[in-house]
Amino acid sequence: MSENFTPSAVPASNAAEAIEPVAAPPSPLRETWDYFKKNRGAYAGLIIIAIIMFLAITAQWIAPYDPIIQDRSAFLKPPAWMEGGSWEYLLGTDAVGRDILSRLIHGAQLSVSIGLAVVAISMASGIFLGMLAGYFRGWIEVSIMRMMDIMLALPSLIMAMAIVAILGPGLENAMLAIAIVQLPHYVRLTRASVVSELNKEYVIASQVAGAGHIRQMFVNILPNCMAPLIVQGTLGISSAILDAAALGFLGLGAQPPLPEWGTMLAEAREFVGSAWWVITFPGLCILVTVLAFNLMGDGLRDALDPKMKR
Amino acid sequence: MSFLDTKPGVPLLESDDLVRHYDVNRGFGKPGATVKALDGVSFTLEAQKTLAVVGESGCGKSTLGRQLTLIEQPSSGELKINGNKVGNLSDKEAKQFRRTVQMIFQNPYGSLNPRKKVGQILAEPVLLNMENLGRKEREERVRATMAKVGLRPEFYQRYPHMFSGGQRQRIAIARALILEPKVIVADEPVSALDVSVQAQVLNLMMDLQKEMNVAYVFISHDLSVVRHIADDVMVMYLGRVAEKGPTEEIFAKPLHPYTRALLASAPKIDPTQRVKSEPLTGELPSPINPPSGCAFHKRCPFATEECAKVRPELRNFEGREVACHRVEEIA
Repeated sequence: MSENFTPSAVPASNAAEAIEPVAAPPSPLRETWDYFKKNRGAYAGLIIIAIIMFLAITAQWIAPYDPIIQDRSAFLKPPAWMEGGSWEYLLGTDAVGRDILSRLIHGAQLSVSIGLAVVAISMASGIFLGMLAGYFRGWIEVSIMRMMDIMLALPSLIMAMAIVAILGPGLENAMLAIAIVQLPHYVRLTRASVVSELNKEYVIASQVAGAGHIRQMFVNILPNCMAPLIVQGTLGISSAILDAAALGFLGLGAQPPLPEWGTMLAEAREFVGSAWWVITFPGLCILVTVLAFNLMGDGLRDALDPKMKR
Repeated sequence: MSFLDTKPGVPLLESDDLVRHYDVNRGFGKPGATVKALDGVSFTLEAQKTLAVVGESGCGKSTLGRQLTLIEQPSSGELKINGNKVGNLSDKEAKQFRRTVQMIFQNPYGSLNPRKKVGQILAEPVLLNMENLGRKEREERVRATMAKVGLRPEFYQRYPHMFSGGQRQRIAIARALILEPKVIVADEPVSALDVSVQAQVLNLMMDLQKEMNVAYVFISHDLSVVRHIADDVMVMYLGRVAEKGPTEEIFAKPLHPYTRALLASAPKIDPTQRVKSEPLTGELPSPINPPSGCAFHKRCPFATEECAKVRPELRNFEGREVACHRVEEIA
């Protein structure tokens, strides 16, 4: 058999009728974006997330004060528009005289990086484990999936607390704990998609072409499983932020004086009655951020799911 | 040894008593069972010829295709290519094998990876089996093959969902051809296509057969297509060969009662052309528990007691092979 392949004449009888013009439909990315834009809630979520991201990245320059500097002349100062407030501290100060606005802006940095890091860690390892389980089946699948079932059987926050208790309190350990808690969702999702993709003919066709296991798993199958994982990842960011705030509130996450939103809530607990602003603004921040990620996640799911399209 | 070296007098592809059984679990508390999807199939295929494998759904046609392309390993029996036994292949032998035998799948909507561009899909076999080709040569080869099957060069950058069924099947044909194989196993390549497109794709396949000297194992249940394209026909029933012979003869004078019934069930426009025979009644028996003797005797109008007891083997009759006890009387 010769290696040189002559680009010889096209079989004459078919060439003419074969070449029929095709109007190119929009690319998959473009189509998804068009659907996404139609969903107003999702679009609003995206804009809020963009603002939060911007604040997080530029926190050092736009925050009016250093988040841990105390002003001994201004303890529990109310927000500017209230009686006794001043424009110096727009959202007031906390019990030790730190500017709440600056702390919230710096807190955005922490929360966003917690969300992204947690999702990155648990998505990467979840995809890997789920891919192994779905591709090889048999005892590998049984051992991985039963392990995940056990993890799912424990209440997530209690498990996160147990892990932090073992590793010791702190922001990094809290992130790791939340990543472990979220892991089963990614594993199950990946496995389910892989199992359904595995029986499609394009996988068998690649096998006939000689694709090995690694190529089949990560080059051929994985890209076809990404849509549900992207959605889960977006929603996972919000639950990671929420869990990190909960752990912070319980004193197991970020430690003072770090301006993490959950930790701020915990510190402000005793002033719920006397100084509402100390506890309301961090709470609102968590609410708005989580809501924005959830809205965007829902919108993405609708945009990526072919069954939702008309 | 090499699968690629042809030897005079040795058939290109030879299947000897190929068997594929599946163990099935019938649920808790019940004993397992064996499905005899393929139960001893032998045939030879000469270079540049087309062998059609026909039969009802569930008769083992597709299973045969999966064994021939080594998607699955046969339970027993031998497969020979150019006289060389295909057994446990080393990496290098597997590459040679893939450059000799390739496959076209039934459903062009499922057989192309939706996340890959046409160029990437076509490049995969070259990338994996011809390492000595560089990136540029690979692309040239892909473009040349696209031209051969009548795909426009600008399709290189497009995704499969942008194409119609016929064009997708052209892409699938290009993928099978790009390694210049000697045998292509085509598993119902046109049954998922519109009738108007079927003819185009079949003509393309026949043109390419002449141009590239490829032999086809053409798996189909569409008899009109088979008549159009095949040199030889092999009729399968429940994992075994019922009748095997040249296309013209089988269509002119089917010998096995099952072949007769199959031909009778195909619609014909011209009433004088219709084969006079009872159409098939009943369903294909379960391959878990096939009937004793001749697998077809329960649906056969000519069945005798012998048919229920003794399994007929393939034997020569009037220049073809038939597995029927009463073929002399029926003919």
